[in-house]
This record gives sequence, C-alpha cells and structure tokens, in this order.
Amino acid sequence: MNTSGQETKPLLEVKGLSKVFPSTVALSEVDFTLYPGDVHVLVGENGAGKSTLIKLITGVHHKDGGVILLEGKPIEPRSPRHAQELGISTVYQEVNLIPTMSVAENIFLGRQPMRFGMINMRAINQQAKQLLRGFGLDIDVTRNLSSYSVAIQQIIAIVRGVDLSAKVLILDEPTSSLDRHEVERLFSVIRSLKQRGIGIILITHFLDQVFEIADRITVLRNGHKVGEHRLAELTKVQLITEMLGKELTAALDNKQVTAREDGASTKPFLEVRGFARHGMIEPFNLVIRQGEIVGLAGLLGSGRTEIAHLIFGIDQNDQGEAFVKGEQVNLSSPRKAIQYGFGLCPEDRKVEGIIGELSVRENIILALQARMGWFNYLSRQKQDELATQMIEALHIVTPDAEKPVKELSGGNQQKVILARWLVSNPEFLILDEPTRGIDVGAHAEIIQIIKRLAQEGKAMMIISSELAEIVDYSDRVVVLRDRKKLGELEGNEINESTIMQAIAAN
Amino acid sequence: MRSRYIPLLMTFVVFVALYLIAYSRFSSFGSMRVVGNLLRDNAYWGIAAIGMTFVIISGGIDLSVGSVIAFTGVFCALMIGRNGWDPLATFAVILTIGTLFGATMGFFIHYFKIPAFIVTLSGLFLARGMAYVLSTDSIRIDHPFYKQISDLVYVFPDRGRFTFAAGMFLLILIVGIFLAHFTRFGRNVYALGGNSDAALLLGVPVGRTTILVYALSSFLTVLAGIVLSLSKQSGDSTIAVGLELDVIAAVVIGGTLLTGGVGYVIGTFIAVMTLGTIQTYLTLDGSLTPWWIKIVIGILLFSFVALQKLLSSRKRVQSAKEQLATAPLPS
Amino acid sequence: MELESKDAYSGQDAGQKSRNGGFRITRPKGGDSRALWTLVALLVILLSGRLISPNFFEIRMVNDRLVGSLINILDSSAPYVLLAVGMTLVIAVKGIDLSVGAVMAICAAAAVVLIRNYENGATAFYFQPGFVILITIVIGAVCGLFNGVLVAFLDLQPIIATLILMVAGRGVAQLITGGQSPTFTNDAFAFIGRGVVFGIPFPILIAVAVLIAAIILVRRTALGLLIESVGVNDRASYYAGIQARMIKLSVYMLSGMCAAIAGMIVAGEVKSADPHKAGLFFELDAILAVVIGGTALTGGRFYLAMSALGVLIIQSLLVGLYVSSLHPTTNLVVKAFVVLAVLLIQSPEFRRFITKPFRRTS
Repeated sequence: MNTSGQETKPLLEVKGLSKVFPSTVALSEVDFTLYPGDVHVLVGENGAGKSTLIKLITGVHHKDGGVILLEGKPIEPRSPRHAQELGISTVYQEVNLIPTMSVAENIFLGRQPMRFGMINMRAINQQAKQLLRGFGLDIDVTRNLSSYSVAIQQIIAIVRGVDLSAKVLILDEPTSSLDRHEVERLFSVIRSLKQRGIGIILITHFLDQVFEIADRITVLRNGHKVGEHRLAELTKVQLITEMLGKELTAALDNKQVTAREDGASTKPFLEVRGFARHGMIEPFNLVIRQGEIVGLAGLLGSGRTEIAHLIFGIDQNDQGEAFVKGEQVNLSSPRKAIQYGFGLCPEDRKVEGIIGELSVRENIILALQARMGWFNYLSRQKQDELATQMIEALHIVTPDAEKPVKELSGGNQQKVILARWLVSNPEFLILDEPTRGIDVGAHAEIIQIIKRLAQEGKAMMIISSELAEIVDYSDRVVVLRDRKKLGELEGNEINESTIMQAIAAN
Repeated sequence: MRSRYIPLLMTFVVFVALYLIAYSRFSSFGSMRVVGNLLRDNAYWGIAAIGMTFVIISGGIDLSVGSVIAFTGVFCALMIGRNGWDPLATFAVILTIGTLFGATMGFFIHYFKIPAFIVTLSGLFLARGMAYVLSTDSIRIDHPFYKQISDLVYVFPDRGRFTFAAGMFLLILIVGIFLAHFTRFGRNVYALGGNSDAALLLGVPVGRTTILVYALSSFLTVLAGIVLSLSKQSGDSTIAVGLELDVIAAVVIGGTLLTGGVGYVIGTFIAVMTLGTIQTYLTLDGSLTPWWIKIVIGILLFSFVALQKLLSSRKRVQSAKEQLATAPLPS
Repeated sequence: MELESKDAYSGQDAGQKSRNGGFRITRPKGGDSRALWTLVALLVILLSGRLISPNFFEIRMVNDRLVGSLINILDSSAPYVLLAVGMTLVIAVKGIDLSVGAVMAICAAAAVVLIRNYENGATAFYFQPGFVILITIVIGAVCGLFNGVLVAFLDLQPIIATLILMVAGRGVAQLITGGQSPTFTNDAFAFIGRGVVFGIPFPILIAVAVLIAAIILVRRTALGLLIESVGVNDRASYYAGIQARMIKLSVYMLSGMCAAIAGMIVAGEVKSADPHKAGLFFELDAILAVVIGGTALTGGRFYLAMSALGVLIIQSLLVGLYVSSLHPTTNLVVKAFVVLAVLLIQSPEFRRFITKPFRRTS
C-alpha cells in the first residue's frame, strides 16, 4: 500500500465535476483525486454515477461543470482516443479489442513495427511476448484473442494501454466474470503497475476485492460523492451503509409494520424449490404469497436479476421445480410465464422493456395482445380506451397516446411498462429496479402504485438498490450475496441496518 | 488445429476431393492443359473475388462487381476498338475511374451511414447503365497490343498453356495476400470487420479504411474487366450479369465470414478453383446438365454458412461454459 | 387489475387528470408528410412524362382492353407490387429477402411444367389449372419456409440466408424445366398474366387485391403491430410474450407466396417460363421500392401502400423514359441517380452534411 500518497502531487484531480442528462442529474459536483501509484476504488450501485464519472474523464461524455486536471494541467478530453493520447487508458468489462485477431496484433494494431515496407510479424510476436512476460503472462501470442479467457484478455488490454504510455489506467469492473485465481493474477498485474507509478482507478462491486487491493475508496450514490476513505479507516458495514443507505442511526427508526389484513393472504401464489442455474444462482427456495411484496436485497451481481430471469423463463433453471398455486409448472419461456399470470418490468428498460419507435398506446396493449393472439385484435377503440385509462391511472406524462415511447422520460417509460402488464391483469409482478433513473416525483408515484397493487392482492417481487425503498414496501426481504440466497427477513426484522448486516455478514 | 483455420481447411479438402473425383473420371485433369485452362477461364472473376474478399472481411458487401466488369469491357472496346486510344492509356483511365467509383461508394457508406447493400446496389445500376449508354452492341477490339498479349503464353510440354490472364490472376493473388497480412491497411480491414467500435478506440482510421476497401474492390474489378477484355478481344454491355453472386458465394465458400473480421485471400482462390473445377467437369461430362452448378454452389454455400454457425456457436457455448466455471466464488 | 378500477390510482393528484384529460386521438403525423412527398415525386415523374409525350395520359379502349402509358405503368408494376408487399413485411422485421426473383423463376417453371402435363392430356386433378395455382403458391411458401427457418431458427444473417436460395434457385428452376424455356397454350392459366376484366389487365387486379388483402391481414389483425414490435426490438417483444421467431418465419413465408403469384403472372404474360430470365433482378427493384416507400432497412414501422407507391415511381420512371426521346439505354443511369437522390435525402447524416455550412453562418 502506498502510504506516501499524501505527500506526492496528485496525478489526476477532478473538482466539482457535474453532468446533467435531460431527465436526471447524473453527477453533481464530485471531487476526486488520484495519486501516482495508488489504487483508488470507486464503489456505488448502478446509477450512482461511477460510469458517468469515468465517461467524463475518458471523453465519452462532456462535462457540464467542474475541471479535470492531469498532472496539474487542465484537460478537456474529446474522445476516448484523445484521452488515451493524453495518457488515460481504459479497460472495460467487455474487452474492447478485436476478438478475431491474434494477441500480438491486438497489442500492436495501428503501430506495427515495419521492415522493408512490410509489417514485421516476427518483431510483433517477439515484442508482444516480452511485454506480456513482464507482467507474468507467458502465452502463445499468435493465437486469436478470443481463444483466451476474459481475464487474460483484460490483462492484454491493460498491457496495450500501459505500453501506449498510460499515466492513468481505468479498470471498469474488470473482475465481474473472473474466478478467484484469475482475480489474483489480475491483482498481481495491478500491483506491478503501482510500482511503476501508474495511478489506477478501479470500479468493482466485490467488497472483498475492495479491501484487498484498494488504497483509497470513494463512494458515490445518486450522483453525489458520499464519502472518501483511506482503506484503513473503513469497515465493511460502514462501506455498505454509505453505498445503500442513510446513516445507520437514521435508518434505525423502524418502519411501522402495517397490518396486512386488507390484501395479504397466506395462500402462496408461487413457490420454487431448489431452483438454480449453474453459474447464475445457487439453489434457493422462495415462496411468494398473494398480496405480498417480497423485496430482493443485495449488491449488484449478487444474483438478484438472475432470480428474476429464471422465474420469468428468460433463462431456464437446471435444478429445482416451480409451483403456481400448488400446481407444478414449467417456466420455459416468458410466454409460458405470462400464461401463468406473471409480468416482468426489466432492469434495462431501453433494451428489454420498451419498444422505442412504437407509440405509448401500442406499448401498453402489447402484452395483452400477444396473449390474445394474432387474429383476436383489440379494436382501436378498446386500445384507445385502455391507453387513456392507464395514462390517467398511472399519471403517465405524455402529450397523447400516439407519442413514440422512446421520447418519454425514464419514469414515464417505466410507467408504460407497468401499464403493459396491468392491462393484461397479471397475478404476479416482478419489478427489477423499478425506480432507477427516475426523478423524485415519479419515484414516489411508482411506490404508491406498487403498494396499491399489493393491496389488490397481486403477488410482487421487487429488486431494488434503494434499501430505504425496500424497507418501506416489503413484507419480506430476501438477502442475497455472491449469487446465493443468504436468508430472509420478515416483519419487525426489516430495517436498513439488519439488511446491511445480513449482506455484510461473513 | 486452430478453429480459425477450420473453414479454410474445409475449403481445401472440398477442392482436393472434387479435383480427385474429376481426375478419376477424366484423366485430363492431371494435365497442365486443364490446369492452365482453369486458371485462364476463372482469372477474371477470381481477381474480382479477391477484391470482394477484402470488402467482406471489412464487414461490407459489394454488389456492383458484374456491372463494373461489363462497363470496363465496353469502355475499353469503345476507346481502343473505335476511337483508337492507346490500350495502356485506356487502362490507366478506366482504372482511375473505377477506383474513384469505389471510393465514392465507400464515402457514402461511411459518412452518410447508408447500408453498403443499398449503396453498391445503386452502383450496380449506375455501372450497368453507363455500359448501356456507351454502347449496346458487342464491339470487337482489333489492336496489335491485344494480339501481343494473347501471344504472351508459356506452353507446357503437354501443350498446356499458361496465359497472361492466368499470370495476372496469380500475381493479384500474391499481392492480395501481401496486402491482407503484411500491411497496416490489411490489418485495419480485419480489425474493422472484427469489431468496428473497438477498432475506432484502438486507433484504426475507420473512415479511410472503409473508403480504401471499396476503392480496392472496384480497382480489382476493373482489372478483372480488363483481363476479360483482353481474352475476349471485345466488349459487351450485357456480360457478367449477376456475377457478383458467384463472387460472393466463392468468398464465403473460401472461408470468409460474412459477418466480417475473418477470411483468407488464398481461401477465395481455392474456392474459385473449386467452382471452376465443377464447371469444367460438367462441361467435359456433357451428360450432367449445367444447372447443377448453381445448385451445387447453393449447397456448398449452405454447408459453409452452417459450418461457420456451428463453429461460432460452439465457441460461444465454450466461452459460456468458461464463464460459468469462472464465476466469482462465494467469499 | 380490474379495468373498472381506474379511479383507484387517480385520487392522488386531481390536477394531473386535467393535464392528461383532453387527449386527441390522432394518427402519427410522420407517415403522412412522407406519403405526401412520395406522391409529389410520382406526380412530378408523371407530369414530366406528359410534357415529353402529349398523349402520356391518354387511355383508349382497343379490343375491349384499355391501352395507354398509364395502363402500361400499372401493368408492369403488378408483379413488383406483389414482391414489394412480401418484402415490406420481411424488411419490417429487420430482414431482407434476396431470393424472391429466384423463387419467381422456380414457381413459374413449376407452374408451366404442370400445365403442360395438363395440356398433354394428364387427367389427374392436380394438373387442373386451379390446382396448379394452388400448388405453385404452396411451392412459394415452402421456399419462404426455407428462408424463414434459416433466419429465425438458425439465426443466420438474412442477407446470407436468402442468398443461398437466390443462387441455387435458378438452378432448381432449370432442373424443373430440364434447362428449356417451356411454353404452354392453356388460356385459363395464361389469364393470370394476360387476362382482361372490364378492360383492365388482370395482373393489375391481382396486385390490387393482394395489396388490399395484405393491408387487411396486417392492420385488421394484430399481425402488423407484432411485426413492428419484433422489428424494433425483438428481445423486448419476446419478454412481452410475443413469439418473435414465428412472426419472422411467417413473413418469409408470405414473401415466398407473393413471389409465387408474381412468378405466375410473368409466366402467364409470355405463356412460358424462362428459368434464366424470369424474375431476374426483381428482388432489387422490390427492395428499392420498399426503401423509397419509407420503410427503413433497420426494421420497425412499415408502410405497405407506400411500398406500392415506390413501385409506381420506379415503373413510371421507366415508362416515362421509354416514351421520351432519350435513348432507352439511359434508363438504368437515370434510375441509379433517382435512387441515390432518394436515399441521400433519407439519410440524416447527409442532411446534416448539407445543412452544416448554413448552420455555421447563422
């Protein structure tokens, strides 16, 4: 660990950096300092502003306020390439190299050594081999990049970046698909880079790794910086608290346990036993009753979205069985799941949820229409009626029902997807991060809707990174970590601190 | 065996197998006469196929090939045969026109984001249309230079003939392999087809490479037209209709992925020779009807595309398995 | 949720209700202005034709058949309209069908071979002209099924998948005819291509009927909505319970069936089937017509009637050039430039490129 960080001059300094997107403030007056030879870890949930910060530093987006200083001089990165020329290299989770070309060629693409006007293949291979050996990697550099594991590919990307004279190296979730051994290998590369005085910004959501490699940690939440710490100053619970919740003391004022005689019944709607898929989620049992809201709490990558995908039939379980109202069912496709009365509001609204070019009306009636079949077409009048009704009921803000849904704000898009399920009258709704990237007003409205739906007797399973939110509406909370269900909290046990302690528990 | 060579190997195996079958039936396939004729007869579209290989490796497509060959033939015939231009000067002019034509298509594709399919389709109409505008007649070329070129042959002991066209084909083959593997341009083409977003980040000049690759394709296509003009000693605006399909089929059968990033010039050469062998076999046989060649090309095309799909999905399954095996362990 | 319970959610904020209360139920505006411009383009071409040739708009009755340039435009458009109908649906699901020309050749060949059997005295019921038509359409559907399976279930790129049949199809057509261009004399079958009803050439009626039937099929059922949904975002559509693969498969089959009818029209017109030339390059003009009609190659929203308008534009251009004093050899050149102009105008990047100098000064 570099303890002399304080005395040396900062390598990269960011002051008051802000970025505003049409519907949200993505980053608000964030300060960030990176010293040479330091590993500075950025943590925070999705939408916390980590990737926005990185994109501003690497020139993917352009800042709306603040300054970026590299070795004391202000810089204005125009593009990732420009940032790289300035000395800031980035390695992404999806490796940004050419999978169909050899390892050596990937390292030297665009700057191949030439001889007699020809690319000197032998020199490329030799130099690549030597470079990689310098990082403890002895592999056949003439093989295609795609024939190596993601870990090796990432190290290759790092080596290329560093060889292009990087001063700052940004690693964006490099470890999310690596095993223990590979992470170790990557970390040893990172340690040798530290010794060369390179400053490293690391994004990861694996807390153990944070405590293993970090010198300094910055926590972001909802676009704000909520804390910066030297590693030694920090405990795990403290870190999770900053990432997910309010101050622990504030969180301790419990939710009032409201009586559930209105809607909640003891009749299970869905029950899964020993449900699992290798590599996605370890076997778990789960019961969801009619009128009950079950919250899934856990960090990103804990297996929460995987559970939603398994239950909705997007991915198939390879173990275990599922029962709907006591009858065994086969959840082999979304269409099947929908037939049993399921609905899913997915995490990635743009890619998995909305049909962007189609109108609000068409998006709303889509699932109902798909269930009714090709020839049983809802009359235009009925469609307008349903759309109008939903626009009013859910307060969808749109000039009219014919507006392409992609032109709506995130919150309204989320309401349209909710409306899509509500018109087809489901019995069980899975909501994956229903309030992410949504402004405060719409946020409150969506939570109201969720509570009302439960009162009407719908079974609900909700994934959220906002612990306060989960505490607010859940009857039961399932705690997950590292693709494994750790346990459930019920009734009075549900508050932010118990959830956080459950996530952090060893 | 590296999986990237499997399609190439398949191409080679199919060629050898077909050639042996042909040889077992007609012993003349063992003579330089047939070999020489194979090279001569397939030279012109083989040269065009080498250009197409670059386009497809870059992730694009060029439908204008047949029309450009026809236009070149008519242009040469008109200028040399009717207007008495010097052949070499004519060739220089038409090669320049062709290169600019290709560069323009590349420009439209890159800067205006119009799909390559549609841009080169307009190119197909334009080139064929210009050929018709120049002349709808078949024009003979009677020029001493053409005679000299046709006399430029090496005769093997068994009276097999190694012609100028065959020589040009082999020359372009070597130049193509060199360009693809030993120049920055060539490697950029592969990078572009492999992952164009990453290529941009890695510093590949994407716009310039796109323009150059279509320019190269049109240049080679014009060259193909010249070779055809030299061997036919005439120009006709109705020739080579739909030739682009055979060319694309040969490139795919040669192991180049239509999704871009993977492919070999030598594979295209072998595929051209394979299709040429089938053609020669059907001609020699006489009892087998000529339409079988189209069906055989279709079957070969299907087999190779299916094989590539199989290889890539197997790779995907493998990497998925790897990912499962390397999922983070519970701490 | 019960549909009647809409008030359950609206109690929160009464002001909100009035904000959304006064909807107008309007149709999308974008399609209308595009339709207008495409119509203008057609009119400009037709009027140019009128300027070149004074009797361009003249329609006379000769031997109970209407004749004139306008009738020629409609008549020659008929097979293209059929192809464009299928092609529009295929393109709407992010696909393309290069094989339709070859499928036309296959179907023309099959139909003519069957009809010749009938003429030569074969008595089996399936040699009757009515059945021949049915069988031919089934053959077209099978060709479409082949393409559809490759695209929807083997996940091949549509260009490659349909290229296979495009290359092999003409060989298959030659195989069926034995390499000949067989002719027939049966007037009942030839009626498809050269019949006249109330003075109007029958192919025009077929094209109009199929166009209307297709519009009814996709707009009076949910098919059109599901096609557009799959074309815009097939993953989200799948998550919403749509059988995306089946939708893709069925549009390729529809395209094959349209090609079959177009093939019979072409065969009926000349009372023969030429496996080399029947439908040659028809796929390219069909794709072009669809693109001119405003359906993007990237899939999604589609416009069947506009595609038909696209066909009329191309055919008016050709007929206009034919009656003009311009040498007929310039047809393709003019066509290339018109196509290019249409494509460039549709490219947002080009419009930005053109308007850049003006924006800078302002």
